[in-house]
Amino acid sequence: MKFNYYPGCTLKTKAKELDAFGRKSLEALGVDFEEIKEWQCCGAVYPVAKDEVATKLSAVRTLAMAKENGGKVLTLCSACHNVLKRVNNDMKTDENMRLKANNYLALEEPYLGESEVIHYLELLRDYVGFDKIKAAVVNPLKGVKIGAYYGCLLLRPNSTMAFDNPENPTIIEDFIKAIGATPVVYAFRNECCGAYVSTTNNELAKKKSSAVIASAKDEGAEMLVTACPLCMYNLRQNGGGEIEVKYFTELLATALGVNN
Amino acid sequence: MNSKEQVKIIKERSGTDASKCMKCGKCSGRCPAYNEMDIKPHQFVSMIEKGEIEKLLNCKAIYNCLSCFACVERCPRNVAPAAIIEAVRQEVIRMQGGNYINSEEIPQIVDEQIPQQLLVSMYRKFNK
Amino acid sequence: MQRIGVFVCWCGSNISATVDVEKVSAVLALEPNVVISQNYQYMCSENGQALIRNSIKEHNLTGVVVCSCSPRMHEATFRRACESAGLNPYMLEVANIREQVSWIHKDIEEATEKAIILGRTAIAKLRLNTPLTAGESPVIKRALVIGGGIAGIQSALDIAEAGYEVDIVEKSPTIGGNMAKLDKTFPTLDCAACILTPKMVDCAQNEKIDILTFSEIESVKGFVGNFKVGIRKKARFVNEKLCTGCGVCTQKCPSKRGLNDFNMNLNTRPAIYIPFAQAIPNVAIIDPEQCLKLKNGKCGLCAMQCPTKAIDYTQQDEIVEREYGAIVVATGYKPISLENFNEYGYSTYKDVVTSLEFERIMNAAGPTSGHLERPSDHKQPKVITFIQCVGSRDTSGCGKPYCSKICCMYTAKHAMLVREKYPDTQVNIFYIDVRTPGKNYDEFYRRAVEQYGVNYIKGMVGKVYKEGDNLVVQGSDLINNEQLLIKSDMVVLAAAIEPDPSVRKIATLLTTSIDTNNFLTEAHAKLKPVESPTAGIFLSGVCQGPKDIPETVSQASACAAKVIGLLAKDKLKCNASTAGADEMLCTGCSLCENVCPYGAITYIDKEFRLGGGRTEVRRVASVNPAVCQGCGACTVTCPSGAMDLKGFSTKQIMAEVDAICKN
Repeated sequence: MKFNYYPGCTLKTKAKELDAFGRKSLEALGVDFEEIKEWQCCGAVYPVAKDEVATKLSAVRTLAMAKENGGKVLTLCSACHNVLKRVNNDMKTDENMRLKANNYLALEEPYLGESEVIHYLELLRDYVGFDKIKAAVVNPLKGVKIGAYYGCLLLRPNSTMAFDNPENPTIIEDFIKAIGATPVVYAFRNECCGAYVSTTNNELAKKKSSAVIASAKDEGAEMLVTACPLCMYNLRQNGGGEIEVKYFTELLATALGVNN
Repeated sequence: MNSKEQVKIIKERSGTDASKCMKCGKCSGRCPAYNEMDIKPHQFVSMIEKGEIEKLLNCKAIYNCLSCFACVERCPRNVAPAAIIEAVRQEVIRMQGGNYINSEEIPQIVDEQIPQQLLVSMYRKFNK
Repeated sequence: MQRIGVFVCWCGSNISATVDVEKVSAVLALEPNVVISQNYQYMCSENGQALIRNSIKEHNLTGVVVCSCSPRMHEATFRRACESAGLNPYMLEVANIREQVSWIHKDIEEATEKAIILGRTAIAKLRLNTPLTAGESPVIKRALVIGGGIAGIQSALDIAEAGYEVDIVEKSPTIGGNMAKLDKTFPTLDCAACILTPKMVDCAQNEKIDILTFSEIESVKGFVGNFKVGIRKKARFVNEKLCTGCGVCTQKCPSKRGLNDFNMNLNTRPAIYIPFAQAIPNVAIIDPEQCLKLKNGKCGLCAMQCPTKAIDYTQQDEIVEREYGAIVVATGYKPISLENFNEYGYSTYKDVVTSLEFERIMNAAGPTSGHLERPSDHKQPKVITFIQCVGSRDTSGCGKPYCSKICCMYTAKHAMLVREKYPDTQVNIFYIDVRTPGKNYDEFYRRAVEQYGVNYIKGMVGKVYKEGDNLVVQGSDLINNEQLLIKSDMVVLAAAIEPDPSVRKIATLLTTSIDTNNFLTEAHAKLKPVESPTAGIFLSGVCQGPKDIPETVSQASACAAKVIGLLAKDKLKCNASTAGADEMLCTGCSLCENVCPYGAITYIDKEFRLGGGRTEVRRVASVNPAVCQGCGACTVTCPSGAMDLKGFSTKQIMAEVDAICKN
């Protein structure tokens, strides 16, 4: 099975390590993937308003391109995943969006949401399997107490994202166990980091990020992992810098011995 | 456009049915930006249902809502307060002079570390 | 040559507002065989019925068509009217122009046309009707009650009181149900055990009542007055007749890790146990998952210690078959699973408990002997926050769309009990609405506020999380327009209730209907609230809809009255619409015998004359009309078209179809 890898803009610029470690790990795990040729920016944020069509079109283009190649879209950045999956759902279920998008794009064959958007973590859980990852680990991260930071975009809205239990997710904890470390469950792992308001209302972003870190430290976490460059930024810049924050792919690459 | 029509458009744009609200307040109980919301999430639902949009169009809450969707996730009646907030925000920023941030301000708020994702999402949320 | 009278009912304005009743009766008057066609404001009234009776006599009618409400509503009424005028009651047809026409259409012209078509259809069928006679069947004077909670107990006691035998079949090892787990009961705060256990003992001592615990319904055959029920008595590995309930075995058992489900899994119990001190029957039971002897053959301590040699490790499930005239379903409820409500932290934090768990914590016979302590560290909580409507009134798909009805009152009760016993405890209650209709109910709730100082907060909780040793309840106060963060030592969730899941299988076995929430459907929401649509099946307690103890007991007694009324009859009029095989067409294939849910069809070898003095013996279907309920399953199964149903013959149904299609 071939996965159409969608890195997104941030992974080509500020979050290069999220991308690089992700690729190396996939190779080490023997996953067949290929970067989508000529992918476009997903739009960074899902346009919630029902009357927005144009802002969703670049996502539709990417999805339609992947359809040509087996239809499995592999995402890594949480925001890209959220946008692509929700736009895909619109193309599957929203008659108005379908019609307008197809009229505008005039593809050879109309796109009706046939592709499937899979997050890297879902790939690890559902296609590779945490047991297989555990067996492939050469440098287990023994004794490291890691808090999983989910944020919002992977989990909500659950009716579309269907990623994990939105209030008690376990997928990243299971991942942490698979690489030999100790997961720390804390209450604010699915609370917002402050997101895009960190530019316009930095105080609010500071409050939110530091609350996440305080909750994690209260439960004994020594490190946080995330899949989102924006969360990473907020936790590092606005969280008070009291805890190490890493992309989960870096830990995976380390555990698999491919982090150099 | 009279305000009745405007309410209708905002409701349609939100894609959510505010009349389903049973006024339990769970959305506001869950909101992580509650103290920064001058109009609370449950009030958005109630005010749009009653057609009182003047206050909504002039509030600060539309810029402080994090679009984290916690209110949507938790609503026991399938109402989406965040979608109503977004619909109101769109109403405001699509008006002439409605942009919340000007491009001249950008250099002051940008630092070295800012990911592209943040810039684009901020722009999409606050500007047209 | 049939002489048919047509009677069109206005049903006040229910029909006449949407259907031109004058036109309907005028058009139907022109149909062949129709000798009189009239309309009237209320056909079911005494005057309306008199109109039918008089017309039958005056015009020498051989058949009557009433265009009115559903036959489920008034077919019996009009049949009686026909009969009293000397007409065979099965020479009546009802065209449903209310539920199927006026209530669902808006356009008068269309509705009138449809009403005329349905009237013609009924006339077409009636032309082929023949007088039928209903036979009689005996009534077995014994009732079955499924479920041994307060609903089942009350129904059984009342039925036995009237002198009829009644069996209680309970799936758990003791009767008592959820009520046995409760601490106090609202609105009088008397202890649940004090008022329930005497009734349990009455059941055990009543000669007319037989209690089968740890037993489940396996099969149901037959029909009203004549049910045959297979009951599985599950192996409890203790001989019920020998065990005296001395409890020595439970003390000696070395395997003590099984979760105590009677205490809502808040503590553990031995592998051999008696559910609680006042259990009925007071007999031990072995949990095979925990028993060392049953798991790996090593132990046998309980058998050695038992003074009456009651332990039997080889005991097997046993199926008993019994006959009943009536069946009461009293399968009760359970709190919903909270996996969709992790925002309240139930699966993460030990000190977040459900209300039923809280009942056990407050109960003197519970895991803490009634001392209020939180599960994590056994400390006495100083601040308790209750959250109501956890999963009730929820249309998001996570919970239940209905109000669970009992939570407002029991939460007020919990709050009061805490404040009474531990006055320095702060008690907060988040509510959406406080719903307390009922005698002395609102007064009870107000007492919690005014006398006991319980802090009621209008709003809902968004998140419960841990901070240090405490829980923080984050919720909204809609009156003060604030978001509150309440540090709490313990959180109690008023989880929605749902019908016990066993009811689905039981409903299927009883061929009775169930709604989208798994509540059993009553025959009529207002006028037949304890009867199911299936004759002889009655509904008692929460299996029909959420209710508290007083309401459950009332309904249970109402149910018993209906059962007694049925069992008091020696014979029941059978269904006249029975099936019968055309023996010349029957090929003896047995398909009908296999599909008959009532066991009414048998096959016989019958001799037929072939002419010329020759005979032949063939195997043909034979229907017992006393058992046949006229469901029609055999007629549609029969590959040779031999099976037909009186009153609903293939010819009649085709005539109806023709009448509809011709228009």
